[in-house]
Amino acid sequence: MKAKVYITLKKGVLDPQGKAVQSGLQHLGFRGIKDVRVGKLIEIELDGLSLEEAQKSLKDMCESLLANTVIEDYHFEIAEGSEKVTDKCILSEGRVIA
Amino acid sequence: MFGVVVFPGSNCDHDCYHVLKHVLGQPAQFVWHQEETIDPSFKVIVLPGGFSYGDYLRTGAIARFSPVMKAVKRFADNGGLVIGICNGFQILLEARLLPGAMLRNKGLRFICKDVYIRVENNKTAFTSECTHGQVLRIPIAHGEGNYFAPPQVLKDLKDNGQIVFRYCTHDGIVNDEANPNGSVENIAGIINKEGNILGMMPHPERASEEILGNTDGLYIFKSIIKAMSSERQSYSATVR
Repeated sequence: MKAKVYITLKKGVLDPQGKAVQSGLQHLGFRGIKDVRVGKLIEIELDGLSLEEAQKSLKDMCESLLANTVIEDYHFEIAEGSEKVTDKCILSEGRVIA
Repeated sequence: MFGVVVFPGSNCDHDCYHVLKHVLGQPAQFVWHQEETIDPSFKVIVLPGGFSYGDYLRTGAIARFSPVMKAVKRFADNGGLVIGICNGFQILLEARLLPGAMLRNKGLRFICKDVYIRVENNKTAFTSECTHGQVLRIPIAHGEGNYFAPPQVLKDLKDNGQIVFRYCTHDGIVNDEANPNGSVENIAGIINKEGNILGMMPHPERASEEILGNTDGLYIFKSIIKAMSSERQSYSATVR
């Protein structure tokens, strides 16, 4: 089982890196860019956990270390086997959306 | 006794130790990050600057899980004085011993230069040797010093007098031009509500010797020494 954890700065929190990337893209001539936000992707391989256990564990990992919830939001996807996404779990401020 | 914590990647630990021991003549010892207890002989714990654990994930995020940090928390819960400088401040934020978080500097650059900070609260164990509104010249050296706190937390910090230092001009004016990193409200240092944990981005240990051309940092260390020697002093941040 593989999990992808996405960590992004909360809306309203200034992202200086995103602003720099945006300006770089615009300098290269790319048009129509409204905003750029830079985040992190963390891939975690899991073993011996049920889907439910994995979800709970990932949420705890995010809350305790992977994200700083003062400034960051997180969500994660869990994939079983090759590429097939068996479940998509989006959490925002501890709320399960899907 | 002062304890200076050494994390893998700390690089201001020796500077702090040197100033305390050799410049100020105080008893000081290094405390290794694997220590699980802090000896009762320690009255002050210094979390020094540096790049603990390579700043991986976020600054201070991994150091927070060092065995010594549990001991530091117990030490602080019992009223011990803790000062976090630069990376030490970042660790205190990650450990939630102080509120808020650090973002990348607004200009994205690592900034290493002297800045001016204004003493906003001189009724703390860390600033009692300063006058209210005194301007100190102290260097900063960081890439992630852009302090952020949600509006409610900021309000609490202000209401409780927990903002101890603000970036300012050399004549003490707090404005955007004097803000090196984009910190909200020009915040350079804060204290907890109980008044025994201070975090600050500028490095007082780099400004504590005449031969280095600047001794403004001594105001902070001398304040701490004064607080250490006066037993049972109340450190409340709210006293004005």
